[in-house]
Amino acid sequence: MPVAKTDRLPIRSGEDVVRVRQTVRTRAIEIGLSLVDQTKIVTAASELARNTLDYGGGGEARVEVVHEGARRGVRLTFEDQGPGIPDLAKALADHFTTGGGLGLGLGGAKRLSNEFHIESTVGVGTRVTIARWK
Amino acid sequence: MDRIPILKLGGALIVTIQVDMHDRLALALEEDLTAKIASTGARGVLIDISALEIVDSFIGRMLDNIAAVSRVLDADTVVVGMRPAVAITLVELGLELTGIKTALNIERGMALIRSRLDESKDEARSARARRED
Ligand SMILES: Nc1ncnc2c1ncn2[C@@H]1O[C@H](COP(=O)(O)OP(=O)(O)OP(=O)(O)O)[C@@H](O)[C@H]1O
Ligand SMILES: [Mg+2]
Repeated sequence: MPVAKTDRLPIRSGEDVVRVRQTVRTRAIEIGLSLVDQTKIVTAASELARNTLDYGGGGEARVEVVHEGARRGVRLTFEDQGPGIPDLAKALADHFTTGGGLGLGLGGAKRLSNEFHIESTVGVGTRVTIARWK
Repeated sequence: MDRIPILKLGGALIVTIQVDMHDRLALALEEDLTAKIASTGARGVLIDISALEIVDSFIGRMLDNIAAVSRVLDADTVVVGMRPAVAITLVELGLELTGIKTALNIERGMALIRSRLDESKDEARSARARRED
């Protein structure tokens, strides 16, 4: 899948999470997503960036503008070298949290995206990829 | 450190969230509001989020916490000005915001709080009347 544009952003602080949101918003506007779809992908990005920070001990976000035929989309990848997730099904279930949260981030990000993919290995880290298409 | 200003209007406190919230700012706001409700005896808290482009689970939790603490201190929380795109997204995210009242705009939010203030005045009046009978 051709990638038109890539940003790599560090996630080390709450301010970095804000920057990730802003970059995702800019790209979502560029590919012409509706306001509702922009809001959905930015919200999903916020959830995943915060998980990277809070549970992954920090990491990186990759924000890409991708093309597939005439379709354009934004694809986001969040990657950390943190403790990993021992039970993915559990982590994805609504209201499951190990950090005193609402337990909505992962499941919510999945619902807010057109594509969702998660890989995690205990002791190695976690990578979540989502996409939203125009 | 930056803080979000809290205004007092009648028996209510008004907070306008204009910036992209991050952790420290959210925690500071929770603390400041709690202290201010206690010191002013405010019966209502109005949180204007019309400037917020998204509400994620982090902001949702902050609003929930503020509402829970306010309730304990006998104040109502009304969130006003949620953008339509934000409201649609919240539903899909799964945020329920139970215990939080919402109103379309500041005027309607204030009206909601005022009706609560009037109610409690009525109660006080009828309690007094009962005592005088
Ligand atoms: N990058 C990650 N590394 C390690 N564990 C993670 C990671 N992301 C999520 N988790 C685990 O999955 C759980 C569920 O995550 P989710 O985002 O759904 O909820 P939460 O972060 O606990 O609360 P909320 O997002 O609603 O504030 C987390 O509590 C945590 O245990
Ligand atoms: Mg989360």
